[in-house]
Amino acid sequence: MGTVFDFDHSVDVAWCPGCGNFHILASLKAALEELEIAPSSIVFVSGIGQAAKTPQYLKASFFNGLHGRSLPVASAIKITNPELTVIAESGDGCMYGEGGNHFLHAIRRNPDITVIVHNNMVYGLTKGQASPTSMRGFVTPVQIGGVCMEPFNPLTLAISQNASFVARAYAGDEVRTKDILKKAIMHKGFALVDIFQPCVSFNRTNTYQWYKDHTYPIDDTHDPSDRIAAFSLAVRTDRFALGVFYLGPGIPTFFECQAAYKTDPRPLYKHTVSREKIESLINAKRA
Amino acid sequence: MLSGEAGGGLQTLEQIMLRAFKLSGYHVFSYSEFMSRIRGGNNSTQIRVSGKSTASCLRRIDIFVPFNAGAMERFKDRITHETVILGDRSYIDRQYLEEGYPIVEVPVAELARGVGGQVYTNILVLGILCGLLGVEMSLLDELVRQFFAKSGDESMNRNVDAAKKGYETGSHLLKSGQVLLVTKKSETVKHELLMNGIDAIGMGGLAGGCTFVSSYPMSPSTGVLVFFARKAQEFGIVVEQAEDEISAMNMALGSWYAGGRALVTTSGGGYALMVEGLSLAGCTETPLVIHLGQRPGPATGLPTRTEQADLEHALYSGHGEFPRMILAPGTIEQGFALTLHAFNMADKYQVPVFILTDQCFLESNYTLGNLEIPDQLNERFIIETDAEYKRYTITENGVSPRGIPGFGNGLVCADSDEHDEAGYITEDSYMRTSMVEKRLRKLVAIEKDSIPPTLTGNKNYRHIVVGWGSTFHVVKEALSVLNRRDVSFLHFSQVYPLHPKAQEFIRRAEKRIIIENNATSQFARLIKQQTGIEFEGKILKYDGMPFMLEDVAEKLDSLL
Repeated sequence: MGTVFDFDHSVDVAWCPGCGNFHILASLKAALEELEIAPSSIVFVSGIGQAAKTPQYLKASFFNGLHGRSLPVASAIKITNPELTVIAESGDGCMYGEGGNHFLHAIRRNPDITVIVHNNMVYGLTKGQASPTSMRGFVTPVQIGGVCMEPFNPLTLAISQNASFVARAYAGDEVRTKDILKKAIMHKGFALVDIFQPCVSFNRTNTYQWYKDHTYPIDDTHDPSDRIAAFSLAVRTDRFALGVFYLGPGIPTFFECQAAYKTDPRPLYKHTVSREKIESLINAKRA
Repeated sequence: MLSGEAGGGLQTLEQIMLRAFKLSGYHVFSYSEFMSRIRGGNNSTQIRVSGKSTASCLRRIDIFVPFNAGAMERFKDRITHETVILGDRSYIDRQYLEEGYPIVEVPVAELARGVGGQVYTNILVLGILCGLLGVEMSLLDELVRQFFAKSGDESMNRNVDAAKKGYETGSHLLKSGQVLLVTKKSETVKHELLMNGIDAIGMGGLAGGCTFVSSYPMSPSTGVLVFFARKAQEFGIVVEQAEDEISAMNMALGSWYAGGRALVTTSGGGYALMVEGLSLAGCTETPLVIHLGQRPGPATGLPTRTEQADLEHALYSGHGEFPRMILAPGTIEQGFALTLHAFNMADKYQVPVFILTDQCFLESNYTLGNLEIPDQLNERFIIETDAEYKRYTITENGVSPRGIPGFGNGLVCADSDEHDEAGYITEDSYMRTSMVEKRLRKLVAIEKDSIPPTLTGNKNYRHIVVGWGSTFHVVKEALSVLNRRDVSFLHFSQVYPLHPKAQEFIRRAEKRIIIENNATSQFARLIKQQTGIEFEGKILKYDGMPFMLEDVAEKLDSLL
């Protein structure tokens, strides 16, 4: 079944057959359709990598920028026009490696954006090197003796920094992924959705079967406002929980902290310059 | 010349004194140089008081006021037997006391103790100098009260006492004939503006419709960030201190994409981090305004001092080929007008526009007549999109109508990958070639919209002196001191692209002299590359200090 986000022409998709990205794209389109958001009011911001190509494959505005830099761009777009729905979408290398510092500070800044990270624990576009989330011992053409670094845990980090929405999904489960994405997009504030994504070409360890065997849905008794419980769930690495881990309560958003919108709440492109104000500013220099 | 330790209140003294002098009918100019530290060391502020407008640094020192022992050490080669040394005996180096220099001893330390302690030394000296220059005590009283209004009653009263005490001392020195200052007053200057380069860039940005500023603090560019932070609420500007310059740059691009008019303000090292984003601006054809306040490098260099050595950095930075524009204001008027202009040019041509200043430009204060506000402030170039909208439509002059998301029904797709007209990734060689040519065609249009250099002096000159950016006032004054009717001065406030007629001015001169605050004459190299013209004489300076009037006059005299 088509959605309003499908193109009416065929698209040459750069992903491998069987790639987990296809499932994420389907979940995303379904989530946006169910939320009834108009394509012209959504902006996708992506970096570089196979995941970062996602915005090319659905009908919406996008800013496909540099590797690692999607979060500053997305934060600025949202604060410049708060009426837009802004989604930053890229892979684990882009968001957690090259963009690691921006990730830390975007959590602190708490812009009202959704951050979707396709986490396949490997570099796809550059052909199979380790990513920040690759597991110890993962052998690649560069890490020939196996990865010797602790895998980056985006969830514990986000919870430790009191991120306002922290969730994990698995690409193979399109329905649950769609539901988590809907919650994230509706959430006011920085919403992280880390999505486990099988890479059929370069990651023969973390396969569809592996994810099935190593994931489980968070049960209904979990209270997402309980930060310690969320952290306990997130530190587990024998099996990986899926769902909404944490909802940071009452954290002011980037927008709410802006002096700029106190006098004129409209998007910045509607702001105009007042000649009188400029004149009085200049004249104050005569005193 | 006021010389003392960091943290000794020289900046406070400078701020109040400049206003007191201006409102009393004097033209003023000040330049401060300081060390990269919060306390101690030695900082100095030079203040010129004059009956006519001046805005360049002097090597000559008429009055030297030391604020602590050792404050004279760095000025040995500038203090002469014509310099009056005014201050506490314990602050004056022995050699000057012994060798018969004109000294006016004032027990500054004791007087400061009398009003509450050493911390009042700066306001005490303010009082002395105001007394010497015949400032009305009522005016001084008012200005001191204004300045310390938020510091609490006790602090304000003690500072007022210090000012009064100093004022009495200064008036006494004047009446007793120990110090005689001959400076004309001007009635008109009382109504003039007193500002610095930071104010000029800030106000120009506001007038140009700046709505977004993202930056990371770095001397000497931080003043501009502070300026906008203070105006954020009143003028509706989002001001964000980013986690690093990479973020600041990408935020600025995100804001322009979404309909903001964004500025980044930085210096050489910070700009180096932004360079990746500059190239992104080039490929996505996102407008951008970069204020690059230069300081001496390489690397950390001399963090608080001045240089003009980042012209090539601004010009050649960024991978790939794309057009840009570089402006370099030489006066406060130009700083205001060109910053406003930068926003309109960036928006019109969808290119990065640099405003290249330096510490000397930003932190020099002086009096000036007026700032002209053009009829049209922020020109808007964005369009409302329809369903068929394509962000990168190929056009004759290379400029595609720019839509923003959320304004119209169209999709706005911006891509750092090579893209087709709609903004989607392509590797088609025909499309690639078309897009490169489209982007580069904009440079032709920008060239036609360039600002010509300004010629000061006789139109029928024999020799020409060429400068850019912050050297405007010092070269102009040096030539007027030399009084050579056969030499004129060509100042560039747009250094790239060069105005098509610029080379005619230089080519027809018999002798050509370039003056730059750097070691390798970067602008001369650019002119040679673009026009083939070489310079016979070069006046270069790269010790971290701006040019002084006497240096320029002497060097010009020897070269001409």
